[in-house]
Amino acid sequence: MKYLDEYRDHRIARALAAEIVQRTTRPWVLMEICGGQTHTIMRYGIDELLPRDIELVHGPGCPVCVTPLETVDKAIALALQPDVILVSYGDMLRVPGSRSDLFRAKAQGADVRIAYSPTEAVKIARLNPDRKVVFLAIGFETTAPANAMAAWQARREGLTNFSMLVSHVLVPPAIRALMVSQTNRVQGFIAPGHVCTVMGCKEYEDLVRDFRIPIVVGGFEPVDILEAVLMLVRQLEAGEARMENQYVRSVSYQGNLPAQKIVAEVFEIAHQKWRGIGLIPQSGLRLREEYAAFDASRVFDLGELTVAEPAECISAQILQGLKKPTDCPAFGIRCTPENPLGAPMVSSEGACAAYYHYRRHRVAS
Amino acid sequence: MCLAIPGKILEIQEAGPLRSARVQFGGIVRQVSLDFVPEAGLGDYVVVHVGFAISRIDASEAERTYQLLEEMGALEAELPPAE
Repeated sequence: MKYLDEYRDHRIARALAAEIVQRTTRPWVLMEICGGQTHTIMRYGIDELLPRDIELVHGPGCPVCVTPLETVDKAIALALQPDVILVSYGDMLRVPGSRSDLFRAKAQGADVRIAYSPTEAVKIARLNPDRKVVFLAIGFETTAPANAMAAWQARREGLTNFSMLVSHVLVPPAIRALMVSQTNRVQGFIAPGHVCTVMGCKEYEDLVRDFRIPIVVGGFEPVDILEAVLMLVRQLEAGEARMENQYVRSVSYQGNLPAQKIVAEVFEIAHQKWRGIGLIPQSGLRLREEYAAFDASRVFDLGELTVAEPAECISAQILQGLKKPTDCPAFGIRCTPENPLGAPMVSSEGACAAYYHYRRHRVAS
Repeated sequence: MCLAIPGKILEIQEAGPLRSARVQFGGIVRQVSLDFVPEAGLGDYVVVHVGFAISRIDASEAERTYQLLEEMGALEAELPPAE
């Protein structure tokens, strides 16, 4: 496929890796923010092409993983109400709540449906006027325009049976939180290319200025990741800190303006809890007052829920890049994609799932 | 969730203010909203996420990047073979 195959070319990957080896004189710790990039790294063994001095740590860019436990529990409670159809992205179904997950709720008879696009949730509401349709609207900036569009469409059509349970997170405040943390070891970031496709590069320039740390906006194919690593190494070895864009074929400096416009119209910035990390100020999105009638957290009174994380799961340290999945004693034994203890083992962007799919045999041996 | 893939626009449909397209990904064709990429036209490649195109691939930038990368790949002949 055009724009995929050429960025998987092994000759180019080898040449990039060779140049990284040549340029690296000291140890550097780099973080890829996005879980999609983590999966590319594991799947193609990119970390093994790199010199020992380059350590890649995996960032919190897995929306399913950072969706607060309270939100998962609320979604399950809503799904179990007889007049509710709960619509969710497929990745959320096996994410463990305090006592159950959406998949088990579905097995108990709850009407849980998987949608690829949020517009499908609006369609389900249109076709089922006698049922209450709740869409579990999670995601980073990449998904926010599509989720905003669903609320906008529902409002325009005057649907009264559609609402969204929102858990939206933003990347730049999370990078800020990592940088000010006492335990931070990261010296350069690969910024998430699809988040920047929507939001542009400006916010990352601000981070470079505030923390004097190099940031390269990177794509998702092996050649993209290797080139982004090379760009970071060049800067670090030269003692520079700049914002650079590796993923120019999709990311422009200003980002996608029509997408930003709909997000600003529907959502506003709010404090947000991240599962495993805690509250990060101004790091999320909630529906604006004009959209209150579409806000499931206002439409339904669910009372206070008591939440409980499994004691053995170390996803908090994994999401902050402090530990690797293989450091966890439960990895691959008591925690697998079929029976996960934590969300990073479930998601197609979770670091534990990446290690499980591509590395578990090596770990075992 | 932030996964997005490039596909080629085969056909554009306009319905009032909404614009969508049939987009080809390898052997698969899907309906995709073009609401966020008003500049995209027939034959263009778009990056698609949860049913919405979020960017039109800049063909000249992609070409330039790829040429640079390929020049690097050509250097491999001068490097020692991989282990």
